[in-house]
Amino acid sequence: MKGMSIIVKETTRLLAGLIFLYGIYIIIHGHLTPGGGFAGGVVVAGSLILLILAYGSDYMHLTREETGTTITENLALLIALLIALGGMAFGIKVFFSNWLPRGTAGELVSAGVIPLYNIFIGMEVAASILTIFLALLIFKEELTK
Amino acid sequence: MIVYLLCFVLFLTGLYGVITRRNLVKIVISLSIMEFSIFLFLALIGYVDGGTVPIVDPADKGVVTYVDPLPQAMVLTAIVIGLATTAMLMAVIIRIYRKYKTMDIREIKNLRG
Amino acid sequence: MNPFIPLYVAIPLAGAFLTMILGKFLPRLNKYLGMIVLVSLAVMSLISMVTVSGSTYIYKVGGWEPVNGIPVGIYMVLDNLSALLLCIINIVGLLAVIYSFTYISQYTSENYFYSLFCLMIAGMNGVVLSGDLFNIFVFLEISAISSYALVAFGVEREQLEATFKYQVLGGLASMLILLGTGFIYWKTKTLNIADARAVLSAGHEKSFYLLTQLLLLSGFGLKAAIIPFHAWLPDAHSSAPSPISAMLSGVLIKAVGIYVILRLFFNMFMLSEEMAVLITVLGTLSMAVGVFLAIGQWDIKRLLAYHSISQMGYVVMSAGIGMLLIARGTRPEVATLALGGALFHLVNHAAFKSLLFLNAGAIEYRTGTRNLQEMGGLARFMPATSSTSFAASMAISGLPPFNGFFSKLIIIIAAVMARFYLLAAIAVIVSIITLASFMKFQRYAFYNTKRENDKTTLKEVPFPMVFSMVTLALICLILSLAAIPHLRDIIFAPAIRILTDAQLYTAPILGF
Repeated sequence: MKGMSIIVKETTRLLAGLIFLYGIYIIIHGHLTPGGGFAGGVVVAGSLILLILAYGSDYMHLTREETGTTITENLALLIALLIALGGMAFGIKVFFSNWLPRGTAGELVSAGVIPLYNIFIGMEVAASILTIFLALLIFKEELTK
Repeated sequence: MIVYLLCFVLFLTGLYGVITRRNLVKIVISLSIMEFSIFLFLALIGYVDGGTVPIVDPADKGVVTYVDPLPQAMVLTAIVIGLATTAMLMAVIIRIYRKYKTMDIREIKNLRG
Repeated sequence: MNPFIPLYVAIPLAGAFLTMILGKFLPRLNKYLGMIVLVSLAVMSLISMVTVSGSTYIYKVGGWEPVNGIPVGIYMVLDNLSALLLCIINIVGLLAVIYSFTYISQYTSENYFYSLFCLMIAGMNGVVLSGDLFNIFVFLEISAISSYALVAFGVEREQLEATFKYQVLGGLASMLILLGTGFIYWKTKTLNIADARAVLSAGHEKSFYLLTQLLLLSGFGLKAAIIPFHAWLPDAHSSAPSPISAMLSGVLIKAVGIYVILRLFFNMFMLSEEMAVLITVLGTLSMAVGVFLAIGQWDIKRLLAYHSISQMGYVVMSAGIGMLLIARGTRPEVATLALGGALFHLVNHAAFKSLLFLNAGAIEYRTGTRNLQEMGGLARFMPATSSTSFAASMAISGLPPFNGFFSKLIIIIAAVMARFYLLAAIAVIVSIITLASFMKFQRYAFYNTKRENDKTTLKEVPFPMVFSMVTLALICLILSLAAIPHLRDIIFAPAIRILTDAQLYTAPILGF
């Protein structure tokens, strides 16, 4: 599909990086402020979808399957599952327990395993929403060709 | 009590849409309206009179009443599940449009009997 | 705490994600990864069936201990009823995966199939093992969304229409279940099944209780395809690829439909006569309407799908009779017999209905058609398929020495002993009509020698498909031995005791 007008392209070029950074902020501070993995992942995916919509998919070389996002999504979930299984090896040896040291409440590096979960779930949600968008885009391209 | 009845009215609106609309996309949107009404109901269950946001502030001393955070966690999970369901339905609708060349549910009746 | 309980969910999840990653680099080794996952799960479920007899294993996920005697945190509970269903899910899943080694090669993108299949197995294992209402909802959604994608796997017109209907009705069911869960949380302030029982037994309002029971019965009844919630089942089960039809009809409607109804109505709600009468009536209607709609079908898989509704009606009717007798408090030994018949028929139906769907898939693989009027005389060319299909048809019609005879006999005897003569008569008539329907299926598919034009290209189906079908036929024969009173006491009696006496379920969880 073609891109949009030049005003949209210039504005997007300025804004997309800030939206991406805001999404990462929501993900990382998930144990201190509302948000966390799901909401931050959606914002990160939103910034990338904004880029694709503004510049048009002719710029991207879309293959038949979307390989990169699928591998990212599954790898992130696999690592999250391995962290959960790590609770069975360290700490109190229970599945899904919080086995890293907790620290003091209110700091960025605290609360054990929860920031790690937030980061990987954020990556996974962003990759999966991108996969959905790219799959629908490839359907549409094949429909109109 | 009246807020719960309003949630129920929204649920019935969504159900009416699923039953009577002809366009496939409108059916999916009505299903989403039904889902959102249930999320609203779940979030309203956990309200405590005089409670505040359930985030612990280390600078706060004394007894603070929080609202119940468990229904809010349920609603977050259910929102993500609703997103997956809607995305799946949309992908199926695009494929149906490619095969049947129509989005009218009265035309899609290959399976009978 | 038993460390193997979370592995039932973690192993298929890891298998699903690994399959997607490895599928981009090594596309031909994916089916073996799926088979390794399911072999390990099947072995684990058989071992747990042997070791769990009579006791209950509880796993507190995250290590959260109860506070002041109230359970916080999510519990995973493995007792005899769960172990029985785990065996069904994983063994039928393993045989379906072996069947699909050669069957799925006719579709493109095979590694998506094995990944979605492992996700569906993970969801079903999670539903069966969960001791928490909202956890049941989350795992039910995981398995349901995977099954929506699997029904539409080869994207043809009928499959897409069938999965659209299935998805809309499945979404409606999930909404009703979530609403019921919300009501339970509102009044009892807890999501744990055992704790909700403790709070509800202390006193409840009648109208709220009835509304919650009806909402949960409607939601899980939509998933289990009881009349009047059956409208999605014939389309979805007949259009899906055959191993998926076998999994859906043989395992999914039991694990996320009937099992949760039994668990919630016997172990969470206090039994009342009105709900028991309603459940019995719905079961009887399912039996009768299912078989009457199945007589006029000429499509093999649609015929089998309607018979699924009818056989699930047997299970629900028998469970309803048991519920009614326990609620009245009279004749507990007849209630035990009725519930034993229901559980035995559940296990039997998983075996022979999966075998019938795999046979239909083998017929379609070789002849390319599903219409009974277009095929005939296959017994000479496909001996393994025809003999296993004959065994499964005898089993579902209730002829000795196959397993269907014993389970239907127990159900009918329980109905007569409880003085419900009308229900027993309806059960016998439905069984006779089932026999007639399957006689038609056997004659037109295998033994009708009038249509013999260009059948020279027919051979037997490849070895993995034959292996699965023969194994399931042997399981049908072996299960008929489970009607012997000694084996019945080992396998089924602890599960029946958990259903009839809710204290056996709640006492280990609440810690007294």
